[in-house]
Amino acid sequence: MWAFIKRHEGLWLFTRSPAVMIAAIVALAIMIGAVFAPWIAPVNPYDLASFSLMDGLLPPVWEEFGSERFLLGTDDQGRDMISSILYGARLSLIIGVSAMIIASVLGVGLGLAAGYFGGRFDAIVMRIADIQLALPAILTALLIDGIARGILPPEMQQDLRVAVLTLAIALSLWVNFARTARASTFVQMNKEYVQAAVMQGQHPLRIMFVHILPNILGPLLVIMTVDLASAILLEATLSFLGIGLPADSPSLGTLIRIGMQFLLSGEWWILWIPTLFLIALVVSINVLGDFLRDVFNPRLR
Amino acid sequence: MLKVDHLTVKFPSRFGDVTAVENMSMHIGPGEIHGLVGESGAGKSTVGAAIIGLLQSPGFVSDGTMTLGETDLRSIDRFEAHALRGKRISMIFQDPQTSLNPLMRIEDQLIETILAHEDMPTSAAQKRAVDLLEEMGIEGASARMQSYPHQFSGGMRQRVVIALALCTNPELIIADEPTTALDVAVQSQVLELIRRLADVRKVSFMLITHDIGVIAQIADTVTVMRRGKLIENGPTARVLGHPEHDYTKQLMAAVPPLDRKIARFQVPDEDGPATAGKSKGDAAEAWLLGGKKPVPVGLTLDAINVAFPGVRTSFWQKPKPFVALSDISFDVTAGSVTGIVGESGSGKSTLAKTLTGLIKPESGTMTLGGSDLPGGKARSRHHPSRQLIQMVFQDPFSSLNSRHKIGAILAEPLWLYGLVEDKEERRALCADMLALVGMAPEAIDKYPHQFSGGQRQRIAVARALLARPKVLICDEPTSALDVSIQAQLLNLLKDLQSAFGLTVIFISHNLSVVRQMADDVVVLRHGRIQETGPSERVYQSPQADYTQRLLALTPTMPSDWR
Repeated sequence: MWAFIKRHEGLWLFTRSPAVMIAAIVALAIMIGAVFAPWIAPVNPYDLASFSLMDGLLPPVWEEFGSERFLLGTDDQGRDMISSILYGARLSLIIGVSAMIIASVLGVGLGLAAGYFGGRFDAIVMRIADIQLALPAILTALLIDGIARGILPPEMQQDLRVAVLTLAIALSLWVNFARTARASTFVQMNKEYVQAAVMQGQHPLRIMFVHILPNILGPLLVIMTVDLASAILLEATLSFLGIGLPADSPSLGTLIRIGMQFLLSGEWWILWIPTLFLIALVVSINVLGDFLRDVFNPRLR
Repeated sequence: MLKVDHLTVKFPSRFGDVTAVENMSMHIGPGEIHGLVGESGAGKSTVGAAIIGLLQSPGFVSDGTMTLGETDLRSIDRFEAHALRGKRISMIFQDPQTSLNPLMRIEDQLIETILAHEDMPTSAAQKRAVDLLEEMGIEGASARMQSYPHQFSGGMRQRVVIALALCTNPELIIADEPTTALDVAVQSQVLELIRRLADVRKVSFMLITHDIGVIAQIADTVTVMRRGKLIENGPTARVLGHPEHDYTKQLMAAVPPLDRKIARFQVPDEDGPATAGKSKGDAAEAWLLGGKKPVPVGLTLDAINVAFPGVRTSFWQKPKPFVALSDISFDVTAGSVTGIVGESGSGKSTLAKTLTGLIKPESGTMTLGGSDLPGGKARSRHHPSRQLIQMVFQDPFSSLNSRHKIGAILAEPLWLYGLVEDKEERRALCADMLALVGMAPEAIDKYPHQFSGGQRQRIAVARALLARPKVLICDEPTSALDVSIQAQLLNLLKDLQSAFGLTVIFISHNLSVVRQMADDVVVLRHGRIQETGPSERVYQSPQADYTQRLLALTPTMPSDWR
């Protein structure tokens, strides 16, 4: 086992850095908790019958009046905080991961093609990317939200909230992938293995995806982790502002928005516990992203 | 002067300490130029770094003594070492482009260095800087000093670097590959300067280089290193002229001579299991020949012009195009080797790219075996020449896709051109082809990074051959390789060329290497042909002034050596 770790640079660096190990454990724990929320959470916060107003505003167990039934307390509706957070994180991660995947497929595809073909195609793609960058992510989300409200029948709107939100976030993130993929492709285009493939007369799609893509995967993986964190934050921001998910299926951002009302009223846990949870998740993903950057960049070693 | 005895340098790693230099000893007297030769990875630069106290972390000197004059270099602390660097020992690096600060005037860089080590008024430092530059052979030094590094040419920049190294009157200068990045004409001027400084100023030089011609030309004494160990040292004429150690003999046998063509280099084949599979290349050979005698194909270039868009200097005017090749016409006889020589920027690589269809010529025609060869994008992906013309690139580290296994890299031409349909058959043929180019067939399941530069170049040759080409273009195939590996690869290319009747275009800046390979030679300069002809004629009695100058400036060894 140890010999195996020693042979692999990345794994070896991993064992050398306590911060990265802690981040990995935190991120992994949160992800497992979120994925298995229906089995782990004490109650189902979506099920109105499972909680009662009588339990409202109970503090965490270590405070006075805390109840052992609700380890981290309850909100004003009597919902268990742990359950809300786990279900909330689940939604946040689903939206974040799918937005990141859509953005990376779109961005890498366009960036790779722009870098490979260059010229006019490159100019068009990059100008679209510039325009996209000029629009703040929130504005993009509002736009898509507005369009969705306009064209979708009202009964579908509630069901498609998650999809609309995911698409909005993906659209504001693809530029990162496109720019990185394009810049890395430019570097690879000058490498002789690409010239050899062009010279042999291989199909452009094959050169792009079979030859170049594996060689630019390193920086893209780094962007994927960093953008996963941004996607989660963006979702939280949108939900916090009320354009995201409604209060009956709360994500982390919605929970924070609900908690805001109790900021100065003494019930601190309703705001602070989901906030700390979000910070822990985003920071640990970012630390992992930084670590990946070091692993993939031999010059920094 | 400088005495190094039993020096051992180690680098701790997660696999335990790696010994980079072991039991190294050498003495350099005042005014002596001491050459340090060896192939890459021999530890030459590590010795230099250990002497100047700039070993890359975490390396450390574990044993031995180093003294400069009366100073023990191992016992001084950090601050004393810092004061000593630049004051008593200076360094010249390989690339003059990066060893000067591009944002500072030459004057400021020189004065800064002088004032860092000596307490004198700025005006006196400035005067010394002017004197130094003049001594280095820079005309109008006081005016030129106001310029920035990018306003100097490569050779001039290297003179400035040498002036910078000299400006505190050091006793020892460590020059790490000082002429490797320079063209031959500039190289000979810089070498002359170094020789003069050693003679006149009695500065000692430690000249680290892989180029044995350079050592032969100016070094008084020489140390041969291999894998961190001292092989042989002594006066240059003795060590290189009459080597005692087997390794030095092999090294000398691998150096291509400029004055004659030798049929084969007397070098042992690549070490390791490679030679064991030598006999197994038969199937690949039979497949390549297809049971027939090969019919070579010739190539003709007629009035080829290539221009690139220039740099726009005015908003209103169209930029003037940069002419990379102008009026290039020559014939490549079927089944012969044509060498293309020239200094950097002469258009050698542009010519290769034009032939392979990566660059479109402005005008001119190319024909391959009598039929027209379209240039640039006009050559479709399915044009037969895509298969018939194959190329071996300069940089063995970037010419193979590092994320693909050797088997996948080699099989590519086979399915791309529909040569072998069956997957298993392809695999067997690739393995056999590896044996044909002198590698173990097991290499097929490895990745490129598991091989050395020379082995990768063999793989690149195998890939080119698997397309069943008629024309093989080699663009500086050996310039990234050590001499002994270069000799092996040249032997291999010669064997393959004659066995399969290939028409080879061999591009190199190294005249000696081209002489060993080529039947005909084309001499290029600034995108124009200076001279063409059979290589014996061109090398024996060059007609063009430029060819004569190039041949005269190339460092050679005395003919009585070896």
